[in-house]
Amino acid sequence: MSIDTQSAPQPTRHAAGPVRTRRRLPRFAPLGVYLAGIAAGAALSALTGFSVVTTVVYGVVLGTLAVYVVSRSVEGQRKATDRLVTSLVTTAFAIAMVPLVSLVYTVLDNGLPRFDAAFFTNSMYRVVGEGGGAYHAILGTVIITALATVISVPIGLLTAIYLVEYGTGRLKRAITFFVDVMTGIPSIVAGLFSFALFTLVFGNSVRLGVMGAVALSVLMIPVVVRSCEEVLKLVPNELREASYALGVPKWRTVVKVVLPTAVAGLGTGITLAVARVVGETAPLLVTVGLITGTNLNPFDGRMATLPVFAYFQLTQPGTATQAFLDRAWTAALVLIILVMVLNVVARLISRFFAPKTGR
Amino acid sequence: MTATKAPIEPPSQQRTVRRPGDRLFSGAAKGSGIFILLVLAGVAAFLISEALPALTAPSEEIPGGEGLASYVGPLILGTLLGAVIALLVATPLAVGIALYVTYYAPRRIAAGMGYVIDLLAAIPSVVYGFWGIAVLAPQLVPFHQWLTDTLGFLPFFAGPASTSGRTMLTVGIVLGVMILPIISAISREVFSQAPALHREAALALGATRWEMIRMAVLPYGKSGVIAGAMLGLGRALGETMAVAIILSGGAGATLNVISNSNPSTIASNIALSFPEATGLDVNTLIASGLALFLITLVVNMLARWIVNRRADFSGAN
Amino acid sequence: MKLSTRSRAVVLSTALASTLTLAACGAANESEGSSGGGSGSSAAELSGELVGVGATSQQSAMEAWQAGFEGEYPDVQFSYAPEGSGAGREQFVNGSADFAGSDAALDEEELTAAAERCGGGEVFELPNYISPIAVAFNLEGVDELNLSPATIAGIFSNTITTWNDPAIAAENPDATLPDTAITAVHRADDSGTTENFTDYLFQAAGDVWTSEPDGEWPLPGGESAQGTSGVIEVVTNTPGAITYADASRAGELGVAAVAVGGEFVAPSAEAAAAVVENSPAVEGRGEYDFAIEVNRLTEESGEYPIVLVSYHIGCIEYDDQAKADNVKAFMSYVISEDGQATASENAGNAEISDTLREQAQGAVDAITAAA
Repeated sequence: MSIDTQSAPQPTRHAAGPVRTRRRLPRFAPLGVYLAGIAAGAALSALTGFSVVTTVVYGVVLGTLAVYVVSRSVEGQRKATDRLVTSLVTTAFAIAMVPLVSLVYTVLDNGLPRFDAAFFTNSMYRVVGEGGGAYHAILGTVIITALATVISVPIGLLTAIYLVEYGTGRLKRAITFFVDVMTGIPSIVAGLFSFALFTLVFGNSVRLGVMGAVALSVLMIPVVVRSCEEVLKLVPNELREASYALGVPKWRTVVKVVLPTAVAGLGTGITLAVARVVGETAPLLVTVGLITGTNLNPFDGRMATLPVFAYFQLTQPGTATQAFLDRAWTAALVLIILVMVLNVVARLISRFFAPKTGR
Repeated sequence: MTATKAPIEPPSQQRTVRRPGDRLFSGAAKGSGIFILLVLAGVAAFLISEALPALTAPSEEIPGGEGLASYVGPLILGTLLGAVIALLVATPLAVGIALYVTYYAPRRIAAGMGYVIDLLAAIPSVVYGFWGIAVLAPQLVPFHQWLTDTLGFLPFFAGPASTSGRTMLTVGIVLGVMILPIISAISREVFSQAPALHREAALALGATRWEMIRMAVLPYGKSGVIAGAMLGLGRALGETMAVAIILSGGAGATLNVISNSNPSTIASNIALSFPEATGLDVNTLIASGLALFLITLVVNMLARWIVNRRADFSGAN
Repeated sequence: MKLSTRSRAVVLSTALASTLTLAACGAANESEGSSGGGSGSSAAELSGELVGVGATSQQSAMEAWQAGFEGEYPDVQFSYAPEGSGAGREQFVNGSADFAGSDAALDEEELTAAAERCGGGEVFELPNYISPIAVAFNLEGVDELNLSPATIAGIFSNTITTWNDPAIAAENPDATLPDTAITAVHRADDSGTTENFTDYLFQAAGDVWTSEPDGEWPLPGGESAQGTSGVIEVVTNTPGAITYADASRAGELGVAAVAVGGEFVAPSAEAAAAVVENSPAVEGRGEYDFAIEVNRLTEESGEYPIVLVSYHIGCIEYDDQAKADNVKAFMSYVISEDGQATASENAGNAEISDTLREQAQGAVDAITAAA
């Protein structure tokens, strides 16, 4: 039997030539086969009553199968598995794009009608029905989120530094563990906690922008710690050791070597953390409430914020319903744009501060 | 250097020589860590003290009249169901995306594609809610019908299928989309850190791209993927507004995820009932918040146990 | 060219700060509002703060009242936080709100606490926001239906499951009813609307509907959605669905006329105001406490019994003169014809009747500061 298996492939190997021992599909053949599979899927879908969804589902399944079968018969099993995974991975990416495109389209479609100058310069002060804007809510969100960032980033970053550079033993394990637990605090509980904390100190009637900032910080700190910790861990030990060898104190090593090396990742992490809290509704509602005028002082009285503004425009519209819905979607659009701008700024900052590498 | 100093003082003391700047900095770092523990202890104390009246109250005074366990039980089930569906949807997709961005996409556009997926994280949850109820749920109605027709023998798809599509399944899918960027960002990070030597060695031995990934990248990245999935799970468990808007909830415990009677989730139930609640109702809601807190605690312990079975890869340890 | 890290940080933060200052130049509509408010009243010299907390149901009406009030008294800082009735009553009682908006009147316990908060004085409860609740449905080709309380209760407790059920057909001999399944949609959140609707079913159809009235839907299961917007959205998208919601929000949906006495009455502002006017007051309350028990069993023609009544709750006596003046001014505006008309225009609620207005005026006139 062993003789058979050894002798049988002999002629085919010779036929394939001495240099290339395996047959390969031409470069664009898999793509062609895949498209043929999708066409077959469309045909199948047409048979069972045409719809876009079934076309795509049948098409992708058939296309993937077709590539696998063709590749398997021509190139062998290992290569075929590779092609199968390639199409699966690409499909995964394509699937993820569907909700993204749909979401962005929905927000743009509904949000653009009121995306005008008045929306950015007017508040809702004495506005009934149509018109008005979110000037007060945009600035409220910017101020409260900035304040939350100012509270969370130093605490979160220092904790991450402690965990990576200094932490040992029980305390380190406890902090890592409980920071993970903290990510699961429901947002409204964070709001109630902040509310309870401030009323304990200042009495029942206190309502300040900073209360919202504290509530958001409770949600933000664990995200900052986790993402910064991961990034700091990636800084190679050789850099630290080189710095110590030059006699640089540990704290200066951290500040001058470790942090600048990791700055790009830190920026991304902090941006993710801000994105996580900027759209929070419930904790802000119980702590800072909602007003129609502009209040820019987070240490005095209630403030308006974009998510709360959008929420009530959507859920409690008056008789001029469309005007309320338009304002709500535009507010959502502005929120997304705020986060995107922040993302770009974080990238610019990290490019600005990151040390020049040799590469 | 050590040779000259060794006779004067033992090396262990030499290492502990610290400058004031060092002491200050490490003190601040340690202080921040302890501060976080204090905040968490504060939150826990707040939850427990507010939940206590509900925990000790006679069962007929709890909303529903049958005691705390039968009030919170279905909510816990709903919370877990939604989060598990979200994880099942998001984890394979996120790993696929991370692999695509790190090893399959053309080099030049790969970074841009990662950024595009991160955009999903920037969308506020209220928007997810209104997208879910207005766009996704109606689209999924035929899918629900198909599920109960073909897989109706499973308790999950027993039906009758919802006519509005606002089911636990839809909620799970939306939550999956919400946590996709979290899992994929962390997976991407660890996949791209897989040692180049291992990867190149695999390719040099004639491995196909998939074999290289299976042998050199996935084993290395497994703990990172789990860490990302757990962070995502935390978000899915605690998500409030999107679930409150989409889910047709309020029913008792059921495993059926495609009918119009679903158990609510803890966080969304708090958001829905809190504004009009008074007295003991408030305590009961906060007691359910405490339950969520404990679930997160257990889930994280579980995750940590899984991750710790492998040593961490880190430049700093 | 080579900037140090510190100077880079300085440059960045100055840039950031200047962007913020540029943005913070005041909302365009506010500066104009306070200078050219142009109120005719000579007594428009109030200032200070006025804080209301309470029901979300009043939110749109409150927007209108707030706008009108701020027009007359631009120096008063008014705010209304729509945190919910429960929060409103609680915060009024503990002193953090000057008045509460609430879908339910104070209960005995809260009343005692409220009297204490008001320095042992009287508490006012004014039914200032009245909104008819419509039974709205989405049924192809049918715009109007006549339904008796027992039929409505049957539909919402899932004993009547198709539109061509004999019970519905008997009440609507002229309508062509399809055999579509009925999807009854209820509110997922705890709400005054649900409380009033279940109270109506409990009183008017007690043999079919046996659950006690509650702000949370008492029956397990069924389709539910968050808030008025949510239920309307679901019913609009689901053929054969039916729900209960503020009449002003029913929009294009079909609306049921409800059996009252011998006839069927459709929801309308007048019919809602009429039933509130003729409802008995809750017994054993103070002089200025106008909490009512809506007469769900009315047999009068032109009265619509499914209404939501939302109160404004405050003190007759405040410690502070400015506070008393502000509350007095605001409540006078709310109950004035002008105030009720603007609110009705923005929120679609029913205006209060003249009788109710006179009654409320008595309470408002009595508001003073403690000596």
